[in-house]
Amino acid sequence: MIQEKLREKAKELLSKKEVDLIIGFSEWTLPLRTTPVFIRTPEGTESLAWNSFCENNLATYLHKFGRFKVGIVVKGCDARSVVALSLEKRFPNHRPLLIGVPCQRMVDRKKVKKAVKGEILQAVEQGDLLVVKGEDFEVTLKRDDFLYSVCRSCTHRTPNQADFLIGDPVEEFPLDEAHPDVSEFEGKTPEERWGSFEKEISRCIRCYACREACPMCYCTECFVDSTRPKWIEKSLSPSDLAFYHIVRAYHQTGRCSGCGACERACPMDIRLTHLTQKLNQEVKDLYGFETGIQPEVPPPLSTFHPEDEQGFIK
Amino acid sequence: MESETVTNWEPKILAFLCNWCSYAGADLAGTSRIQYPPNIRVIRVPCSGRINPLFILKALQGGMDGVLVSGCHPGDCHFLSGNYIGRRKSATLKRFLEYLGVEENRVQFSWVSAAEGVKFSQVIQEVTEDVKKLGPLRNFVKK
Ligand code: SF4
Ligand code: SF4
Ligand code: SF4
Ligand code: FES
Repeated sequence: MIQEKLREKAKELLSKKEVDLIIGFSEWTLPLRTTPVFIRTPEGTESLAWNSFCENNLATYLHKFGRFKVGIVVKGCDARSVVALSLEKRFPNHRPLLIGVPCQRMVDRKKVKKAVKGEILQAVEQGDLLVVKGEDFEVTLKRDDFLYSVCRSCTHRTPNQADFLIGDPVEEFPLDEAHPDVSEFEGKTPEERWGSFEKEISRCIRCYACREACPMCYCTECFVDSTRPKWIEKSLSPSDLAFYHIVRAYHQTGRCSGCGACERACPMDIRLTHLTQKLNQEVKDLYGFETGIQPEVPPPLSTFHPEDEQGFIK
Repeated sequence: MESETVTNWEPKILAFLCNWCSYAGADLAGTSRIQYPPNIRVIRVPCSGRINPLFILKALQGGMDGVLVSGCHPGDCHFLSGNYIGRRKSATLKRFLEYLGVEENRVQFSWVSAAEGVKFSQVIQEVTEDVKKLGPLRNFVKK
């Protein structure tokens, strides 16, 4: 249903030449996955898909198409990234048209894979259920038991600032308290926190997939690549790994939509989102700011208020 | 760790001082012969808003036991709003480092004007005491 409406809208925009390009999701060869598609012809829109595996934050691709008029399929988090990018003046020529789909929360395929034995060859959604088939098994799972944790605590599923909304807005409520992993981490002593942080990132191979997947990481020269000044050695020493992870996260202050793309991209399954979620909490607490909600409010680190908190300054 | 007794270990503290206020405050302390601990290494910056959080991290990684950033009082910044912008960077970085387990007093901030030689010396004393209590930075420093 949503999928049909989505195709229709995309087709209309391309036929009327309101956009040059549609960025959306399509089914591909692997089960439990979708792939980003870039569609230029009205006929091409038949490949658009909408299901619980449309997890990518497509806003990441917008940087490559600055010259074009783009229509982009967005969930709540993706829309917030676009709003944040727009505040950073990333779209001087054409602001992308947002084709928003109120999000049903996305399914974490790694959790599904853990729940079955053997390779999954096919997965079909039937309402709230997920039917998973392999060579010699077929199981029916409850979709809601396999959601991404960022999606469980999400409170902005209806795309903000969408030019077109496909389907009705959804009621906004979290399934879990906000960021349980942040509170869990905060419960430890400082010594334990550093230990746990260092242990988690010790698996990092510095592939930078987390950076590439993030729509907000668009610098032409990232601090890790800069040689003048050279901020960081190309090593896997615990200190350099910590340096990378502190700065990657900190550079997202007031910019992260909490989409979870960084963590999903990580080949080493490193828990990354709690870092930026913590920063999101900070800017909300200190400056009442939430990424991508108000399209007119400048990002918190590019502005100030004379009465800002300064109890920590001697 | 045991062999490094508290008595012979002295913390190294990097102080980023704004040229227009705290640096002049340090000068005043000097010309007025006000004593303060010799633990600080000073880097003069054009404004506290010039501080890139990477400077602070790089200092800690490079073996500093503590970092101090000192700028003009609110309303007195030579560039009008540099210290206000800096204040937000400082507040968020400080909280984030604490979240990760870096002790609260490793990285500190102060407002010291060009007329506050006495305050400058007090701040340096306090920061030095604080960092002494924490002991050498072991976690993040590059070995
Ligand atoms: S974070 Fe929210 S909007 Fe984004 S995929 Fe998850 S539930 Fe949907
Ligand atoms: S840091 Fe991660 S969660 Fe935040 S916007 Fe980037 S990819 Fe999404
Ligand atoms: S994606 Fe994972 S392994 Fe790659 S740089 Fe990021 S944290 Fe490290
Ligand atoms: S000039 Fe001193 S803080 Fe800006």
